[in-house]
Amino acid sequence: MIRVISFVVGVVFAGVLLIAMIGNLSTYFTSPPAPLPAEEFHKEPKNLALASDGPFGSFKHNQAQLQRGFQVYSEVCSACHSLKLASFRELKGLGYNEAEIKKIASDWKTEVPSINSDTGEPATRKALPSDTFPAPFPNETAARAANNNALPPDLTLITKAREGGAAYVYSLLTGYQNQPAELLHEFPDAKTPPGLHYNPYFANLNIAMPPPLTSDGQVTYADGTKPTVDQMAQDVAAFLVWAGEPNLGNRHAAGLAVVVFLLFASVLAYLAYRQIWHEAKRVVRVTGPLDPENQAKTARAKAKAKIAG
Amino acid sequence: MSFSWAKPYEPKHPVMRWLDDRLPLPRIVYHATGPGYPVPRNLNLWWNFGVLAGIFLTIQIITGIVLAMHFYATADGAFNSVNQLIMRDVNAGWLLRYAHMNGASFFFIVVYIHIFRGLFYGSYKAPRELVWMLGLVIYLLMMATAFMGYVLPWGQMSYWGAQVITGFFSAFPLVGEPIRVWLLGGYAPDQAALTRFFSLHYLLPFVIAAVVILHIWALHIPGSGNPTGVDVKEEKDTLPFHPFYTAKDGWFAAAFLTLYAIVTFYAPDYLGHADNYIPANALSTPAHIVPEWYFWPFYAILRSFTADFILPAKLWGVLAMFTSILLLFFLPWLDKSPVRSGSYRPVFKRFFWLLVADVIVLGYVGGAEINPFNIALGQIAAAYYFLHFLVILPIVSAFETPDPLPNSISESVLHGEASEAAPAGQGKPRRGSVATAG
Amino acid sequence: MATKSAEVSDQTGEGGIRRRDFLNIAPVAFAGVGTIAALAPLIVQMSPSADVLALATIEVDISKVQPGQGIKVSWRKQPVFVRNLTPKEIAAANAVPLDSLRDPQSLAQRTKPGKMNWLITLGVCTHLGCVPLGITEGENRGPYGGYFCPCHGSAYDTAARIRQGPAPLNLQVPDYEFKSPTIVEIGAAKK
Repeated sequence: MIRVISFVVGVVFAGVLLIAMIGNLSTYFTSPPAPLPAEEFHKEPKNLALASDGPFGSFKHNQAQLQRGFQVYSEVCSACHSLKLASFRELKGLGYNEAEIKKIASDWKTEVPSINSDTGEPATRKALPSDTFPAPFPNETAARAANNNALPPDLTLITKAREGGAAYVYSLLTGYQNQPAELLHEFPDAKTPPGLHYNPYFANLNIAMPPPLTSDGQVTYADGTKPTVDQMAQDVAAFLVWAGEPNLGNRHAAGLAVVVFLLFASVLAYLAYRQIWHEAKRVVRVTGPLDPENQAKTARAKAKAKIAG
Repeated sequence: MSFSWAKPYEPKHPVMRWLDDRLPLPRIVYHATGPGYPVPRNLNLWWNFGVLAGIFLTIQIITGIVLAMHFYATADGAFNSVNQLIMRDVNAGWLLRYAHMNGASFFFIVVYIHIFRGLFYGSYKAPRELVWMLGLVIYLLMMATAFMGYVLPWGQMSYWGAQVITGFFSAFPLVGEPIRVWLLGGYAPDQAALTRFFSLHYLLPFVIAAVVILHIWALHIPGSGNPTGVDVKEEKDTLPFHPFYTAKDGWFAAAFLTLYAIVTFYAPDYLGHADNYIPANALSTPAHIVPEWYFWPFYAILRSFTADFILPAKLWGVLAMFTSILLLFFLPWLDKSPVRSGSYRPVFKRFFWLLVADVIVLGYVGGAEINPFNIALGQIAAAYYFLHFLVILPIVSAFETPDPLPNSISESVLHGEASEAAPAGQGKPRRGSVATAG
Repeated sequence: MATKSAEVSDQTGEGGIRRRDFLNIAPVAFAGVGTIAALAPLIVQMSPSADVLALATIEVDISKVQPGQGIKVSWRKQPVFVRNLTPKEIAAANAVPLDSLRDPQSLAQRTKPGKMNWLITLGVCTHLGCVPLGITEGENRGPYGGYFCPCHGSAYDTAARIRQGPAPLNLQVPDYEFKSPTIVEIGAAKK
C-alpha cells in the first residue's frame, strides 16, 4: 500500500519537474535571456597582499600601513562614511598610546550627540576614547539628502560584507575609469546614468560614489610614504581589514595553540586506540568477557592447541 | 541491555554502591556507554559519527548559553550586540561566536554523514525503524533551530531568509497566509519574530537532547548495527563499548575537532555569507538570497518547480520540499529487502552512490545563481531524488539478488568477509584477507 | 587494565607495561587539560567586557554648588555625592581624633590639596550598598551631620566617614581631577 502511494507520488513529482524543465528549456531556446553588461564587463578584484593575510597574519607586522590607512579614512572617507561599530579606544591596536587616542577623539571633526545639562536641549560634546566614532550624518535621511539619494554604507565591517574583502575595496577605489567603447557598442542602452560613475569592479558596473581618491598627494602621510592613489587605496583597505576584526591576531595565535594541541592529542589518542585494539580482533575468545582469568584460560588453551596469538 | 553476556555492573566503591542503591544512574551509564554495552566488533569509521553529533550538540548548547548572556534580542540592538559587543568587547566573545557559527555547520556535516551511513547500511530497517524515525525528528528540530539561530544576528540574510522561509506557508491556499502572519507575529519579520525565534532557539536544543536520549535508548534495545548487517549471535561477535569504542570514538573525535578548530580559527567566515555582515534592511533585497549551505539541497528542490500544473508552481515547490524530508520516514517500508547492508546489495549500492552524487548536485544548485542551465540541472537532480526513494528503491529491493552474507560477524572479521561468501572452507579470501583492526 | 592481561598479550617485562599505561593515560590527560583549557573562554566571557571597562569619565560642573549644598551625579551607573563643605563642617571633621574612627582617615586625606571644601565620594553605603540620605536639601543627615543610611542605620560624618552603625568603611573617594576651578572630571585615570 505504501509502495503504491509512493510510486504515484514519485511519478507525479518527476512528471511535474519534467514539465517544468521542458518549459524552462523551451523558453531558453526560443527567447534566451538578454545578456547583461555586468556579465561581460564585471571584473574580479585585483590581488592585494597584506600583512594580515594567511594563517600567521597579524596587524602587528605592519602597523605603519594601518596608521596610514586610518589617516586616509579620517581625512577622506569619514566625510560620508561612518565607522559606528569601532571605538576610539580600539586604536590602541594601531600602535597609538592613550594620550594620542585622547587627542584623536577630541579633535574628531564630528562631535557626539548629548544634551545641554542646564536646559535639556540637544547639544554635542567632544568625543572621548570610550565613544564609538561619531557618524557624519545623524540619520539615513540626512545621509541620502547629502549624497544624491545614495546611502554611504558604514565601513566598520565592509571587508567582511563584500565578496573579495580588502582586495575588492582596493580594486574599487582604484578602478574608476571611462566606460569602455566596446560596452556602448554592444549595449547601446547601457550608458552610465548621470550621477553614477562607471567602475567595473562594482557588481552592476555603475556606482553612486564618485571616485574618492582622485589625485596623488590628497593626504600627506605622517611617515613620509609617497601618497599615490594606489598606495592610499591599499592602506585604507588594510585599515578596513583591521576595523572589521581587530582581534584577528588573537584568533591566529590562539588557533595555532589549539590546532597543535589537538593534533598532538589526536596522535596520542590514536596510539592508545591501536594499543587497546591490538589483540581484540586476532584472538578467538572461547567464552567469557575480557577479564584476566578467562584471558589466561584462553592463553593456555591456545598454547595447547598451538594456535599463534 | 540486550545481550546476556553483557558485563554486569558491580560497583566496588562504597560511594558508588550507595548511589546505585538509590538512583541507578551509574548503572545506566555503565550499560549505555561503558563496559556493560556489548557492541559488534566490526564497526568501521562510519559508525563514529553518532557520538560526534552528540559532541557538537554539546558544543552548540554551551557556546549558545554563554552567547545568550550578551545578545540583545531587539531589532535595533541585535546586529550590534553580535558584531560589536560580542565580536569586539566581550572577553573571548569572537571565539564563542565563531565557535557557535561553525559548530552549527559542523553539526550538520556530521549529521549528514551519519544519515548517509544509515542509508547505505540499512540502519533504518527492522528492528531499528523507530531509531531511524527519532533521528529524523532530531534532524527536523535541528533545521528549525538552525534557521531561527541564523535570523538572530539580524543581518541581511537573516532578515530575508526569515522572509523567504516563512513565505513558504503562504503557498498553502486559504490557511497559508494566516499561518505565516501568526508565525511572525506581524506582516514581515520584525521585533516580534526576533524575540520569539530567540526564545525557541534557546528551547529547541534541549528538546533535541531529550529526543537524542530516546534515539539512543531505542538503539540499545536491539543493540548497534554493523557493516555486514548480520545480527549479533554470540559473545565473540561483540566487544564492550568501553574501552574499545571509547578509544575509537576518542581519537576520531580529536581528529575531527582539529578540523573544526582549523575552520573556526583560520577560515571562520568561509561557510557563511558576506551579506550577513550588512545590517538588515527591509526595503532592500540582496542580489542573491540563499540560506546556509546545509539547506541548499532543499532550496534547490523548492526552486526547481517553475511551472504551474493544476497547482501553482510555488505550492508544488513547497510540497516537494516538505515531501523530500517526510518520505524518509517511510523508508523502512519502501525498502523491503531482507538484506540490510549495502555491502551485499550490488544494485542498491550503485543507486546509493548515484543518490550521493545527486544530493551534492542539488546542494550546488541550491547555492548557485539562478540561470536556465542551473535550473535545468536542479530539475533533473530533484526528479532523480524523488524517483530514487519512491520508485527505484522499492523496485530494486523487491527484485534484487543480494550477495551471500557472512555467517556471523566474528567470522567475517577473522577471515575477511569475502571468504564467508560460501559455507566455511569453500570461499576464496579477498586480497589481504585478514580484516585489519578498525 | 590488569597486569596479568598485559603479561599475556603484550610484550612481557617492565617496558611493556609502562608503555601500555602511558599510551592509555596520556590521551585522557590531554583530554582533561583540553577540557579545562576550553573552560577558560567560557568563564572569562562573563567578566566585564571592554566597553564596560573603558572607564567612563564624566565631567561635572560644580560652579553652581554653594557651600552647604551638594549634588548627586551618576558615574559608572553608581551615584556620586559632590558636596561643598561649609567652614563649620570642615572644622567639625578636623576636630575628630583619628584613633576614634573605625576607618581612620583625615579630611585632608579625602580631598584634594587646597580644595578641602570639595568632598566627592561614592553615594554607596559600604555596608550592603544602599544609597545614603543627606545629599539633597531636606534629607535626614543623621546624628553626625553628614550622611545617613536608612537601611540599617549607618551614620557618616561631615567628611563622609563612618561613625555609627554596621558599615565597615568610609564612603569611597573615586579617582577625580579638577580640570578647572569649576569642572571636575571623575574617573580620570591617575596614570
